[in-house]
Amino acid sequence: MTERVIVVGGGTGGTVLANDLADRLGAEIDAGDVEVTLVNDGPDHVYKPVWLYVPFGQREPEDGRRRLRELVDDRVAVRVDRVTDIDTDAGQVRYHEAPEPIDYDYLVLATGSTLAPEEIPGLAEGGHDYYSESGAEALREELLSFTEGHLVLSVVGTPHMCPAAPLEFVFMADDWLRERGLREDVDITYTYPIQRVHGNPHIAEWARPLMDERDIEVETFFNAESVDPDAGTITSMEGTDIDYDLLVAIPPHRGIDLIEEAGLGDDGWVDVDKHTLEAEAAENVYALGDTAATGVPNAGSVAHYQAGVVGQRIASQIRGRPATATYDGKTLCFVETGMDAASFVEFDYERPPSPAPPSEKLHWSKLAYNESYWLTARGLL
Amino acid sequence: MSQTDIEPETTVDARGAACPGPLMDLIGAVRGAESGAVVRLLSDTERSLTDVPEWVEETDNELLATEEGDDHHAFYVEKA
Ligand SMILES: Cc1cc2nc3c(=O)[nH]c(=O)nc-3n(C[C@H](O)[C@H](O)[C@H](O)COP(=O)(O)OP(=O)(O)OC[C@H]3O[C@@H](n4cnc5c(N)ncnc54)[C@H](O)[C@@H]3O)c2cc1C
Repeated sequence: MTERVIVVGGGTGGTVLANDLADRLGAEIDAGDVEVTLVNDGPDHVYKPVWLYVPFGQREPEDGRRRLRELVDDRVAVRVDRVTDIDTDAGQVRYHEAPEPIDYDYLVLATGSTLAPEEIPGLAEGGHDYYSESGAEALREELLSFTEGHLVLSVVGTPHMCPAAPLEFVFMADDWLRERGLREDVDITYTYPIQRVHGNPHIAEWARPLMDERDIEVETFFNAESVDPDAGTITSMEGTDIDYDLLVAIPPHRGIDLIEEAGLGDDGWVDVDKHTLEAEAAENVYALGDTAATGVPNAGSVAHYQAGVVGQRIASQIRGRPATATYDGKTLCFVETGMDAASFVEFDYERPPSPAPPSEKLHWSKLAYNESYWLTARGLL
Repeated sequence: MSQTDIEPETTVDARGAACPGPLMDLIGAVRGAESGAVVRLLSDTERSLTDVPEWVEETDNELLATEEGDDHHAFYVEKA
């Protein structure tokens, strides 16, 4: 009997996993014993880190798009469709464009994050973001012609994608405005929901002095409650008001609704064993990347490492061997600290991060990684 | 481990979550709560013993009680 693996989501995690499975189980797939399907709700694979550079006019959104079919091994069936139902008791999913439910033996959820700006009244109308393609393009329009006033970067919710990106944005904005001789006419404020500038205390301790040195104002314990687009004010639950001329927000994030409806976890995040990545509420269901609630950052590097673990576990299970691969929390991030300098952090469940001194070399490493990302997605790097 | 007779409207079980997860979960629940409602947070990180009172101090909400347990703590926060 053919063992059927369905991977939902053709972003970083799902694509790396599909290629990993094609590689590991090539012989079984060729013999018709295993079938791997990757389903994504659009024909393109999107590499989101490119969006950080779009508002500064440095990259185009198209730089972050490739046809999924071109990135995935031919042995994987790519289906452009949306999963609309998950029934883990029956071991079935339903597609938007197919009436009959489809059986699976192994299901992997790699559906990523969605943005929920509507949770904060006024945010969608008053704020900008660079966490979506359309948001990054609209922000580019504003930022390129912004020459004076108050730029506020507000981290509204956590967890959110790439916890480094809000810091990167203010560091880049500071540097970019300095280079253009406009920094004296622009005030920059960074707000964060808890009592420090980043969730991870080690990264917060490293970033805070850099922000002070560069005159980036900081407002901690700031949980945005509402935005008044007409008055140009953002108000926090803690009762602080900040006037802005340009508001850039990291909106609240959610997983997809299906996950909660299937009883797999709250807010669209799948509750998993943080080492095996198996769903706690169902058999033979895995989650990886942003959608897996492991406590580590929602980062592409995490999705990449987790894909290797899930690939090994599923291949072992299919071959009737005990699955022994585990995820140790490994996370790698380059952190831009300006337009031509970056730092780098690496950490896991046991070892805390220790950010490297910013350098031009690390900045070029980040840009080089962005270019070679397509090899990562193909499973070659 | 229930020393109080406060009846919370909502309980947020953040046991197992790494810092600052429990505090963010509490903030999320308070955000969604009605004024006057009590939210109970369960957390097994020691950091919450300082994080939660510090955050409540910054807001108009009130920390009605803290129960310190051997394997986890419970915090009762009333939304202003
Ligand atoms: C501005 C920005 C900068 C970033 N910078 C970095 C960085 O420097 N380094 C880093 O490591 N990470 C970075 N990230 C984070 C990184 O992009 C994400 O963490 C990563 O993409 C997560 O991978 P994923 O596979 O979990 O989800 P995604 O890559 O988001 O993929 C999810 C896919 O699932 C699809 N999908 C969702 N629901 C369904 C459904 N029901 N049916 C079918 N398909 C569905 C989606 O359309 C999408 O294609 C950044 C993110 C942003 C926004």
